[in-house]
Amino acid sequence: MFQKLWLIPAVLLVAGGIAFAATRSTPPADLDYSLSHLSKDGHYQVTLVPGIDPVPVGKMHAWLVDVTDAAGQPVDADIVIDGGMPQHGHGLPTVPAVTGKDHHGRHIVGGMRFNMPGWWVLKVEISGTAGVDTATFNLAL
Amino acid sequence: MDRKLALFSAAAILAAMTAGMLASVPRDASVRWTDRELQLISSLSLSGLPELPPDPSNAVADDPRAAVLGRKLFFDTRMSGNGKVACASCHLPDRQFQDGIPLGRGIGETARRTMPIAGTAYSPWQFWDGRADSQWAQALGPLENPTEHGSNRQAIVEVVAANYAQEFRAVFGAEPVELPLDRAFANVGKAIAAFERTIVPQKSRFDLYADAVSSGQPSDALTAQELTGLKLFIGAGNCVNCHNGPLFTDNDFHNTGVPAVAHLPPDTGRAGGVAIVQRDPFNCLGEFSDAKPEVCTELTFMKSEGEELVRAFKTPSLRNVAARAPFMHAGQMASLADVVTHYSEAPLAPEGHSELEPLDLSQEEQDALVAFLVTLSSEAPR
Repeated sequence: MFQKLWLIPAVLLVAGGIAFAATRSTPPADLDYSLSHLSKDGHYQVTLVPGIDPVPVGKMHAWLVDVTDAAGQPVDADIVIDGGMPQHGHGLPTVPAVTGKDHHGRHIVGGMRFNMPGWWVLKVEISGTAGVDTATFNLAL
Repeated sequence: MDRKLALFSAAAILAAMTAGMLASVPRDASVRWTDRELQLISSLSLSGLPELPPDPSNAVADDPRAAVLGRKLFFDTRMSGNGKVACASCHLPDRQFQDGIPLGRGIGETARRTMPIAGTAYSPWQFWDGRADSQWAQALGPLENPTEHGSNRQAIVEVVAANYAQEFRAVFGAEPVELPLDRAFANVGKAIAAFERTIVPQKSRFDLYADAVSSGQPSDALTAQELTGLKLFIGAGNCVNCHNGPLFTDNDFHNTGVPAVAHLPPDTGRAGGVAIVQRDPFNCLGEFSDAKPEVCTELTFMKSEGEELVRAFKTPSLRNVAARAPFMHAGQMASLADVVTHYSEAPLAPEGHSELEPLDLSQEEQDALVAFLVTLSSEAPR
């Protein structure tokens, strides 16, 4: 049994290393940065199109959010978009809102502004005929 | 597993972790920048500052005649209750348009530090709490504040009518007395803003370095200690999170646990500012604004509630910061060394929640950060 005691400091060191890394500025290595994918429960395909590409730091602009069903057919849905920086524990500096939409699932979202470089997460909550679902996206600025 | 292997494993992990920590807090300034670091350094250069953004809420913002009139009004002590206070009394041109004391002093003593003016045309929010959403709306506030100019809009417009009627007419198409009082008062602010827009920061030693390395050229513009400070600023110090872009500010509001001042009333910062700017008749959506409502995006999409706003104060630009002691919104800290120590220690906020995490910087690292901040000094803004 004592032969395994070496594991204790080793495990503590590894755990400490992970905790140390989490408080530093490197986001997880395996993040998905795609701006088009299925919502969490698979009900909707959500595609984000930034109004300015590459997405700037500090400049107010609008995004297009395109929502279809899982098969790619347009759906009439309502969306709410929110976000923040997981490493910093704060949200967006603004409150984005839908400023226009059509009946084919295309929404214009105004008020998008990112005030810092780094890893941002955007969450889109979709309410449509298939129910309520959430799609989460990562951004590296 | 024998004992030797166990010891080796633990030692290897410890060595790897130590190396990782040292890599993130460099002590050797002869650094090779990563692509990401070079990108951040380049993003901070004044060379990347865009042209002055338009102010659609102020139709005369770029009218040189308005700037000339505004400059005269800025220095005119008759625009005060006691005839002794002008904008320039606290915003001293030879001191970066600030006064170098903890709390601004007009007719009385205010509850906040006087802010500098250079580059504020780039900010969507004015004042430490962002309670004005344009330079012209900001300029009106102190005129009627009892502890600053201690005047009122009627008296201000009378001073302008008596002394600047023709210049006012040339800019706004009518003399002050021919306009409704609030309209004439708003125009006073718009003229002052036209002058203030012209005040912009100048290049510093840091910019020489940033421009050189951004174009792949070697540079000896910064010392080894200053480079160590720069590495911390854009890395382990987390400074660049908020102090970003060519003006070293994200133009947003943050609670960084700055201590309250015992003799001052409680200050909720941005939480109070949002309520004021929303009901300000001189805001972008108000009847005295020249902007179409759809371009007032900052006000329309403003975050108006949440704990993040409590005791959150505007991120100040760091350009020329070394010549602007004392620091923070009520001049709580006497030196840059005090400021860097505060950010390293990250004390709890007196109210709300501080966004800071302790950095535990060594004295050597703190000194390096201060040395770097001094490289942001330049000629006087003009």
